Amino acid sequence: MAAITLSHVVKKYGDGYPAVNDVSLDIKDGEFVILVGPSGCGKSTLLRMVVGLEDISDGEIVIDGDVVNDKAPRDRKLAMVFQNYALYPHLTVYENIAFPLRLEKGRYSEDEIRTRVQKAADTLELNEHLERKPANLSGGQRQRVAMGRAIVRDARAFLFDEPLSNLDAKLRGQMRTEISRMQRRLGTTTIYVTHDQTEALTLGDRVAVLKKGVLQQAASPRALYEQPVNLFVAGFIGSPPMNFLPGQVEGDVLRMPLADVPLSEGLRRRIGDRKLVIVGLRPEHLEDADTLDEATAAKGVTFEADVDVVEWLGAELYAYIPFETREEVRGTLEELDRDLDGEGMRTQLVAALGAESHVRDGDVAELWFDPSRLMVFDPETGDNLTYDEEAARAADAESESERARALERAQRREARRAERSTPAA
Amino acid sequence: MSTARTKVWWWVGGLLIILYCLFPVAWIISLSLKAPSDLDNGSFLPSAVTWQNYQLILTGSASDLFLPALRNSVGICLIATLIAVVLAALTAYAIARLDFPGKAFVLGLSLAVSMFPVISIVTPLFNIWRTIGLYDTWAGLVIPYLSITLPLSIWTLTAFFREIPWEMEQAAQVDGATTWQAFRKVIVPLAGPGVATTAIIAFFLAWNDFVYGISLTSTEAARPVPAALAFFTGASQFEEPTGATSAAAVIVTIPVVVLVLLFQRQIVAGLTQGAVKG
Repeated sequence: MAAITLSHVVKKYGDGYPAVNDVSLDIKDGEFVILVGPSGCGKSTLLRMVVGLEDISDGEIVIDGDVVNDKAPRDRKLAMVFQNYALYPHLTVYENIAFPLRLEKGRYSEDEIRTRVQKAADTLELNEHLERKPANLSGGQRQRVAMGRAIVRDARAFLFDEPLSNLDAKLRGQMRTEISRMQRRLGTTTIYVTHDQTEALTLGDRVAVLKKGVLQQAASPRALYEQPVNLFVAGFIGSPPMNFLPGQVEGDVLRMPLADVPLSEGLRRRIGDRKLVIVGLRPEHLEDADTLDEATAAKGVTFEADVDVVEWLGAELYAYIPFETREEVRGTLEELDRDLDGEGMRTQLVAALGAESHVRDGDVAELWFDPSRLMVFDPETGDNLTYDEEAARAADAESESERARALERAQRREARRAERSTPAA
Repeated sequence: MSTARTKVWWWVGGLLIILYCLFPVAWIISLSLKAPSDLDNGSFLPSAVTWQNYQLILTGSASDLFLPALRNSVGICLIATLIAVVLAALTAYAIARLDFPGKAFVLGLSLAVSMFPVISIVTPLFNIWRTIGLYDTWAGLVIPYLSITLPLSIWTLTAFFREIPWEMEQAAQVDGATTWQAFRKVIVPLAGPGVATTAIIAFFLAWNDFVYGISLTSTEAARPVPAALAFFTGASQFEEPTGATSAAAVIVTIPVVVLVLLFQRQIVAGLTQGAVKG
């Protein structure tokens, strides 16, 4: 178990292109940190630099007080789960899990190895498969063997490189909770790379969002969702993604393609003398006005919109409303879309309405939103003008204390379980 | 989609190919079982099966020609194969895994060496070998055999090593293995079928050589079987040694067949299956 500190870490390839550029990140002992970003953002490279499979061009990586820049992977004492599992096909499941123990010559006796492998197999429910070869296992079982190989020895930290991306959706959900449970119970520092924001938000104590090798924001999932620092983070976190509309400042009013919003004092101060801004509104913050009571409706802004397509998903309903964007912000938004691996499709507003809404294809719907939920971004730099650092810090602090409590609870539960099973054993 | 009709055609086609390939073998076996007087009996099968050709080469007058040659062939080919496979495994591993200048040059050079016509270097080699005392020795044949077996081994092993996912080795290193341990405990077992296949092919190449064998040897000290066959004589000077030669040919084919049967499963087995996602 260890704290991991990255300071000003840079990875440059032969052609001078920085795949990872000046990333600094403090990972506390026992913390679960997610590296997330679209493909090619350098998240896997960063992970491989931590584990020692890629050289560090510049900067420093410190694990548990030691600078590990020049240490071989084996001397860093980290355990890694690879995207394609990298199990040894010529060894049985038992030998696969025992492999790291056998490499430490003389440290473990045959009995100790058996006990440890047995314990890992119990944790991951692999007992019936110990004598099988990886080729005969299902995807989920292989995944568990890979995790077994990681937890069997006392690694200082676990590193996961997109471990669930080869599993089907249902299994992915199960393994996600399994990883979360395991990490809480063992309390081992964990770095987890993914491009899936659901995994990022559900697993992470802290999530680091990367774009083109540059760290955008590292914060608790809630802080990322509520207080993104810029357009990129705002667009990346959330599903369906945040709607971005051009907003023109005209006196006391912010004019947007579908609705006009009165400017509050605070908002006006933050916008300053900008004439044009990009307004962000999350789909889930839009409501069908018909389903609201008068009092609530009066507190927000209501507007009429032509609904183009409706998707009913049981629990919610997505309404798509096309709109014309403005030339001045088109470039910025198209670039953002490309950064997010998008296809540069038509500009449309997505509203996630309650399933009880009666809006259908082709309707003119009356939609409502609370203007205090709006985020406002600078069209040039993409900075979030409504970013509230205090609120972000408060969200971080809250999730930090929640994490500490969850860790404590998990460890107490584990201790109780051990107590119960000792007399029996 | 495989209807009964297409199945029948597959069988017919397959049988034709098998007949075409096995006919010469069957002919040689049949010849080896004929008595010298029976050789031109005009029929495919011997009129009376006789083992006298085998007796001749194993215990009879030709045995002091054949048996040392067999020993030479086995010894020289095994040594040449062993050296070639070990050297080629190290070379191929470096080529498949490392980035170093001149990688393409090494591969290209080894290909060029294997393309070089044997007959054009055998005369200078004969002179050099005589001068430095390698003529008519095992080492004198092992070295030229390496020039045939090494390039081929390097090429096939490089292909095999490239097939092994690099992550396997990286996983081993993260698990605490040194580079050498990762190579020995993960790469070598995984490359097993590839190494076996390569070894067999290299062995055959050396086993089948005739030009070096006949040019660089003069006595049974080093003469391999293919060369020795040329020195067979009939029981009398009026008899053709065809029967004895055929019998010897059958005997030297046996190790080849045995090797293939032994390693066939290894050769075919795709051991890397299931290593990664599937």
